Amino acid sequence: MSLDLSLLPDGGVGWLDASGEHADVVLSTRIRLARNVEGYAFTPRARDGERLRVLAQIRDAVPRVPSLTGSVLLRVDELTTPVRQLLHERHLVSKELAGLESGQDVRTGAALLLGEGVSVMVNEEDHLRLQSLRSGLAVGAAYRAVERLDQELGSRVPYAYHPEFGFLTACPTNTGTGLRASVLIHLPGLVLTKEIAKVLAGLQQMGLTYRGLYGEGSEVVGNFFQISNQTTLGRSEEELIHDLAKVVQKVIEREEEARRVLLRDAGYIIEDKLWRAYGTLRYARSLSLDEAMNYLSGVRLAVGLKLISGLSVYTLNKLLIFCQSAHLAYAEGRALSEAEACQARARYVREALANEAGAQG
Amino acid sequence: MLCENCRENDAVVNLTTIKDNVVTQQHLCEKCAAAKGVETSVTMPKHPLGDFLQAVQQKSLVGADDAPACHFCGASARDFRTTGRLGCARCYGAFERSLRELLRRLHGNSRHTGRRYEPPAPELLERAGSVAQLRERLRRAIDSEQFELAAELRDRLRAVDT
Repeated sequence: MSLDLSLLPDGGVGWLDASGEHADVVLSTRIRLARNVEGYAFTPRARDGERLRVLAQIRDAVPRVPSLTGSVLLRVDELTTPVRQLLHERHLVSKELAGLESGQDVRTGAALLLGEGVSVMVNEEDHLRLQSLRSGLAVGAAYRAVERLDQELGSRVPYAYHPEFGFLTACPTNTGTGLRASVLIHLPGLVLTKEIAKVLAGLQQMGLTYRGLYGEGSEVVGNFFQISNQTTLGRSEEELIHDLAKVVQKVIEREEEARRVLLRDAGYIIEDKLWRAYGTLRYARSLSLDEAMNYLSGVRLAVGLKLISGLSVYTLNKLLIFCQSAHLAYAEGRALSEAEACQARARYVREALANEAGAQG
Repeated sequence: MLCENCRENDAVVNLTTIKDNVVTQQHLCEKCAAAKGVETSVTMPKHPLGDFLQAVQQKSLVGADDAPACHFCGASARDFRTTGRLGCARCYGAFERSLRELLRRLHGNSRHTGRRYEPPAPELLERAGSVAQLRERLRRAIDSEQFELAAELRDRLRAVDT
């Protein structure tokens, strides 16, 4: 099945618009709640028939869930691999739901319900992964949206719940609130000043953890880190998100301090390095994804430091998503070899930067 | 390539030893390598909790290996240990004691203090689905050879059908 992405609410990427607080440093805030439907084995142990019944039960409930008004249901299990990759590159589905983990195929009944600002992955590791995604640092707004969705859906569909353990999940690391709040943050200043190791170690002492751009098991590229809570049980939802927000605020301050130090102690070296990154993106004829991510990180830093003006954070956000391989193939309308993808990426980045009013130093 | 020791299994370990300044290389299968005291990572569980669960469960879930499998989904403590995933909501009851201990170690606490939840009243549910659920449980019970449970479920289904 092919997919017309323009039919998705916001193209599924409304959070890229850089409208949120600290949007030049914090790309997005995501909060997810893991829930299971009472009466079925959890997804990994469920049969195809059970997963399809879970999906049918959710589908029937949707018209009575106001948070999902106008939402679109995508049967992920009926999509081709390139389209599933595309959804994963947009951060709309996890690698597991998209069936992209090595040795795994997409599960029968895997689906995505995509509404405005909220979505539900059906038949992920848990039957339901309710999510809310916001631009910038916005844990409060993100939590209110997903909590409302949770209450509306939970009053229509019975959740697996235990008075002592809370919401029951397939993996005991999610039991209790089932809540994972994560903030996608760009920390080039701390990386360049080599302060990052200390900051990351500090996170772990605060009960938080970090991951790469694509969540669990993914590598850190382009100086993007996902900071999230590690525990889900024994603390309330409000405490969990409040603690995360407090620590992220501190990390932002440390990042800003690091940037000031860089400018003060190595101003012209940094300026030269970042303009070279811009030059490469503006004129290169072939770019690997890693190269593109790293240079985009540099240009993003330059915009944050006001060394380059006339370039919007929104454009930089869009480039991060749209210069990935599945997006390039989708735009070209065909599968691309690695070399063709590198050329298409360079062309896409060049044109996007040329379309901006014109960067100035 | 066959194992140079037993010449039966495929060699998966390349063992280099230095003795009296002489370097020797041996290509061994997993079993022969283990016999020579070489740990292979093949037997480690492949989920993120792997190491942690192994360490914890050697203490707390050993006894639970004899605990009966979950009545609803048929999952055993061993299944949990290899996959790191519980089979269903009832597993929390089936392995309650050892799970409470595991949750405490994972989260520093085993008591939920977040939002409470009241399931919707039956008349609000979109689908009762009870017959379908009973049938599913029956299939599952037969598959996992829990014949007593299967008989009970069959009787309940008959009662619903008539």
